Amino acid sequence: METTHTSLLKDKFLELYQKEQEAIRGQATPLVNRIRRNALARFRENGFPTTRQEHWRFTDLSPLLNTEFAFDFSNQSRNIDVDKIFTCDVYDLDTFSITLLNGWFVYKHAPLTRLADGTIIGSLAKAMEIYPAIVDQYIGKAAKTDQYEMAALNTAFLQDGLFIYVPDGVEVEKPVQLINIVNADHPVFLQPRHLVIAGKGAKLTLVHCDHSLTHNISFTNTVMELFAEQDAVVDHYKIQNKGRNSALVTNNFFHQKRNSRLSSNIITLNGGFTKNIMDVSISQPDCVSEHYGLYLVDSNQHVDNLVNIDHMAAQSRSDQLYKGILDDEATAVFSGKVLVRRHAQQTQAFQNNKNILLTDDAKANTQPHLEIYADDVKCSHGATVGQLDPEAMFYLRSRGLCERTARQMMMIAFANEVVQKISIEALQKRIQNMVEKRLKGELSICDQCVLHCNSKEPTTFNIDLSKL
Amino acid sequence: MLQIKNLTVSIHGKPIIKGLNLEVKEGEVHAIMGPNGSGKSTLASVIAGREVFDVDQGEISYMGKNIFDMPAETRAREGLFLGFQYPVEIPGVSIANFMRTAINEKRKYLGLDPMTGAEFLRLMEEKKKMVEIHSKLTNRSVNEGFSGGEKKKNEIFQMAMLEPRLAILDETDSGLDIDALKVVANGVNKLRKKDNATIVITHYQRLLDYIVPDFVHVLLDGRIIKSGNKELAMELEEKGYDWIKKETANDAV
Repeated sequence: METTHTSLLKDKFLELYQKEQEAIRGQATPLVNRIRRNALARFRENGFPTTRQEHWRFTDLSPLLNTEFAFDFSNQSRNIDVDKIFTCDVYDLDTFSITLLNGWFVYKHAPLTRLADGTIIGSLAKAMEIYPAIVDQYIGKAAKTDQYEMAALNTAFLQDGLFIYVPDGVEVEKPVQLINIVNADHPVFLQPRHLVIAGKGAKLTLVHCDHSLTHNISFTNTVMELFAEQDAVVDHYKIQNKGRNSALVTNNFFHQKRNSRLSSNIITLNGGFTKNIMDVSISQPDCVSEHYGLYLVDSNQHVDNLVNIDHMAAQSRSDQLYKGILDDEATAVFSGKVLVRRHAQQTQAFQNNKNILLTDDAKANTQPHLEIYADDVKCSHGATVGQLDPEAMFYLRSRGLCERTARQMMMIAFANEVVQKISIEALQKRIQNMVEKRLKGELSICDQCVLHCNSKEPTTFNIDLSKL
Repeated sequence: MLQIKNLTVSIHGKPIIKGLNLEVKEGEVHAIMGPNGSGKSTLASVIAGREVFDVDQGEISYMGKNIFDMPAETRAREGLFLGFQYPVEIPGVSIANFMRTAINEKRKYLGLDPMTGAEFLRLMEEKKKMVEIHSKLTNRSVNEGFSGGEKKKNEIFQMAMLEPRLAILDETDSGLDIDALKVVANGVNKLRKKDNATIVITHYQRLLDYIVPDFVHVLLDGRIIKSGNKELAMELEEKGYDWIKKETANDAV
């Protein structure tokens, strides 16, 4: 049963689409508008996901949708000097940094930058105007709008977000950093859309940070389509440090071609509600696909990670390692599915989810799942939910460590297995530091937040960052 | 240094130690021998502060203080050390970080400044030599992937780092080949001082060829039924525990 407010919000979206059609379509290509119409039809049919759907069994969206959201169908953010409201403080991390504010590209330098090597980085809305052929070749090809309701909704309303195109053979030296900021004085519903293309033999590192600078309610429903062409190497990091009143749904669709290597790492440090969907299609042989995740949740936070890997071709390897520490009444869900099709011989697929519950009220649901139709494969899966090993605790204490220190040491060690997978040293150190602070109870959303308080006052953009 | 009076311990209602008395003075080495299930490891655990056991009766005083007033970490900071029979593997926790934290928590407890990184590294190199550890410990996790011998050497290394007043070595010899046994025993002997003491818990007399005890106690069914000097260990090795069972049975008659 759809709850009343969920179906009301669905109707509101359909109505908005009618009313704002012209603004929504903007400068999108005819193909994009065709994809949009199909996605809207899916959304009209399926609406919001409910707990009856397998992908959403343990995650109920409906309470989050019971809010009067505001929507922006035109870019109000383009002329904001984003440096005045947020600076990323990862030392030694030299990145090509771009910012989305409330889902819209901030035109800090230029809406689109074309580097000397041909790489294009910037706003998707602008890319649809200037490079329609590239956009049309890829957009909508990976996002499975008939399987994922929230991806259908995003596609119906897609307007702006990050666009990266790395031409064949180009290695982008600096990591590209996308900073997604939500900052509004009223509840907002945002749907950024990202398109990332790594050409044949291209190399790209993408750091994707989600922050909220407000204690207000926000709902972000994002779709990223990422294409790794033959021999491409892509590292993708997501750092999620959001306010307690923020909901974040990320729909990530990765498409891998022959001999490509993809590594993704999702670190969820904070967030009221987080759902990450990773859907990976390995369509050609000899690929490597690594997916790591770490979630540290407390109070009544909820985090849900869904990883679907479709091995359609032979001789590829996929690896999933998701680990979580849950405190207070926090809840976490992990569903990992690996599908090995009949022709995907010599597939190696590994899947592991480990949870530590620090209280009796914390709860983890874990569902590792392998579906194998090939007969020459090496696959394994495992899942654990438990407390910190009491034997190890006693061992540490018997050497003079107090219970608190012993506990922290073990939690940090547990988390580090995932953090150590981060290959950019500066980022690894920074995240290690954030994780340690988080586990010692010293990191809060305020660490990143210019407000530095728990004030419920609306945020304005005139904050003097020099005082940080 | 350590006084145990009429100690009675049980786990889940099942009595294990049934009225045990023991006194250990500074400078002494005591060996506790006994067959499986006689309560040797339980005794070590209770002294070190493992919480799963119920102490039903009796007293343990350590350095004049009631040991039951102190949690495990305080006992350690007061100079008590337990060498584990089965050292625990802790993936992700580096030995160096662990030891540095342990030393500095102890120093803080004693009102001393923390050891600097350089001082610590110097100390670690010195103690590694003592127990013939050649690998870098800075990037190795505690006991992870260690062989049986390496684990036991690592226990003695930790003991050397922490310089305890009273060390209890719980079957440190089990699973060791003769070379590793010599290294471990040699380490323990080098750490012997006038003002510290060692309790060696073992099945076999073999270890006592290398760590020569001042006293040998035979633990049987939760009680010390016979005490003597190192000759008692030899006699036990020769005649087995049945001999002593019979002897005590005869005494009772």
